[in-house]
Amino acid sequence: MTEIITPPIKSSIGRTVRTEEMLLNMGPQHPSMHGVLRLELVIDGEIVVDVVPQIGYLHRCFEKHAESMTNYQQVVPYVDRMDYCAAMNMDFGYVIAVEKLLGIKVPERVEYIRVIMAELQRIASHLIAAGTYGLDIGAWTPFLYMFRDRERILDLYEMTCGARLLYNYMWVGGVSHDLPPGFIDKAKDFCKYFRPKIEEYNNLLSFNEIFIKRTANVGVLPADVAIAYGVSGPVLRGSGVNFDLRRDDLYSIYNRFEWEPQIGKGEMGTVGDCWDRYIVRIREMEQSINIVEQALNQIPDGDVASAIPKRIRPNPGDVYARTESARGELGFYVVSDGSGKPFRVKGRSPCFVHLSVLPEISRGSMIADMIAIAGSLDIVLGEVDR
Amino acid sequence: MTPQEISDKLKQKFPDAILEIKIEGVVDPYIKISPSNLKDIALYLRDDPDFQFDFLMCLSGMDYTKGTLGVVYNIFSMKKKHKVNLKVDVPKDKAEVPSIASVWPAANWHEREAYDLIGVKFLDHPDMRRILMPDDWDGHPLQKDYKVPEYYQGMKVPY
Amino acid sequence: MGLLDKQFNNSNVIITSMDNLLNWARLSSMWPMQFGLACCAIEMMATGASHYDLDRFGIFFRASPRQTDVMIVAGTVTLKMATRIKKLYDQMAEPRYVLSMGSCANCGGPYWEHGYHVLKGVDRVIPVDVYVPGCPPRPEALLEGIMKLQEKIRSESLVKKTA
Repeated sequence: MTEIITPPIKSSIGRTVRTEEMLLNMGPQHPSMHGVLRLELVIDGEIVVDVVPQIGYLHRCFEKHAESMTNYQQVVPYVDRMDYCAAMNMDFGYVIAVEKLLGIKVPERVEYIRVIMAELQRIASHLIAAGTYGLDIGAWTPFLYMFRDRERILDLYEMTCGARLLYNYMWVGGVSHDLPPGFIDKAKDFCKYFRPKIEEYNNLLSFNEIFIKRTANVGVLPADVAIAYGVSGPVLRGSGVNFDLRRDDLYSIYNRFEWEPQIGKGEMGTVGDCWDRYIVRIREMEQSINIVEQALNQIPDGDVASAIPKRIRPNPGDVYARTESARGELGFYVVSDGSGKPFRVKGRSPCFVHLSVLPEISRGSMIADMIAIAGSLDIVLGEVDR
Repeated sequence: MTPQEISDKLKQKFPDAILEIKIEGVVDPYIKISPSNLKDIALYLRDDPDFQFDFLMCLSGMDYTKGTLGVVYNIFSMKKKHKVNLKVDVPKDKAEVPSIASVWPAANWHEREAYDLIGVKFLDHPDMRRILMPDDWDGHPLQKDYKVPEYYQGMKVPY
Repeated sequence: MGLLDKQFNNSNVIITSMDNLLNWARLSSMWPMQFGLACCAIEMMATGASHYDLDRFGIFFRASPRQTDVMIVAGTVTLKMATRIKKLYDQMAEPRYVLSMGSCANCGGPYWEHGYHVLKGVDRVIPVDVYVPGCPPRPEALLEGIMKLQEKIRSESLVKKTA
């Protein structure tokens, strides 16, 4: 912890007033802390001298559960519960890791279904991120608008697998249900409905003067610091690094669609500030809609369960597979000892890494900016603590 | 660079530190190194113009049972777009690995987590404390022979 | 009521018992604590947002435990968090109610067997009035739980103790 010695202040009566730093706890119950995060702030008046994030208030022992289940498939529900805002993306990452370990190739239709689901989930997750970010800054209405549209995505999921939030939909080698009749039309309707809404969010929140004043030039994360800390996803792209795992470390079938990774350009302030990180998410929603539309048009017929293995028993070995979840690089390090259950599963969660960069970018900012910075990293505590 | 080229170059520079190189017959190739040279190898991987490994993807603590713990490093280069996986094994009764938090700051929290859950101690780490479990917790829960305590601060732990 | 019937000409006088009045006031403005733990918190947010609209029940989320009547324990309670939940509960003003939302808060949920750091049910640290099952419960289920809690408050009495 850095010690900052403030010079003594002369008061009006001539005596010197000694100032000292204060320790302030923010959380674990705090209205804008996105779950149960506790920040220990060392403050000098209004200025944040140092931040120590204290995590573990939602440590649900995911890795122990992964080792204790009777087979690889049973881990999927626990993977869902890691990042509950983007459960489909989590499933996707885990099944890709296990499939890579097994060396199986899934049918074309399954690939398309997975991409459609993952991209819809990315939109839903970014809607939560942007909505609650507005809430943190003090804008209540965008939250209501965004949750209204998110419900439509949840309706699509509900008609596919019956669940609203945690799906257990993607299985090793396939998916649990085929798309129900009428899904493709309904999803196309949703794309048509949703595209103009992005304009609405921009008018309502993104280019709102107050919002820009609160977020531009705040919490600047330079690109080299971001890479050194292992930051990924929208936070890394917000710092102006054009890197997206869907394109640069290809998995599934993302090379078949036309889309562009979005990067922060510092339009309202400095590259890598909170506004850049926010706008990258808004613009990514548009790209996700592009991918979903193309996938809906190209999706072939076929059996979705043909490649699901009867018994999953990989050869001894280990694999690290990574995918682009809604928050960044989601990696699973899966070790097999040749038996029917995983020997070790380590989840490399993007939020865990993003949170470790928080002290770096918030030193010297105001307390009110702390909220803006923590919100712009879009952390989900279920994934930080696992 | 291919895994073969990376391991050849590394072997040339650190002939004694490389214990095992596995490229054929595994899903992810890996290089097993001795813990004492870890920091030099990490610095070399990061700073050599041919490697430029600037992005630590993942760091996992492992309990291999039979009294062996380990750490696995998955490293990536943003500029060159190549990967390398390093493995380090240490005996459980003296589980100490040099910290690489000064090479890649990303390792800071990952190492704390590995210490917390597996029990590998990282030497010269700036802040070697538990990160997920409470400070007064006993033992390292991801070790394979871990027994869940009956009570924690008066609260019953098992169902 | 026979004696007082038709004794008042103005229609703005209502005759009721003290119990009824207090219960009515309490149940129609339950203010829960804005406090989410895990997955269920997202469903709680969805319940509070535009589609399900908790405001129509007179329910507003308050940030401080001092201003709240209801604590919705939405999500997995870990051992590290349990002591904080107890503290928050103690800070709430009486009468206070606890609604345990989701399987994790009810009994440990999917983490009941191997969760070395999960409290198997929030009722081990604070008393719970209503349990809402589900993993996570749908917003409709949470609404049902809230209405059950209203029912419970409706049957309370100042003089006789109700279970």
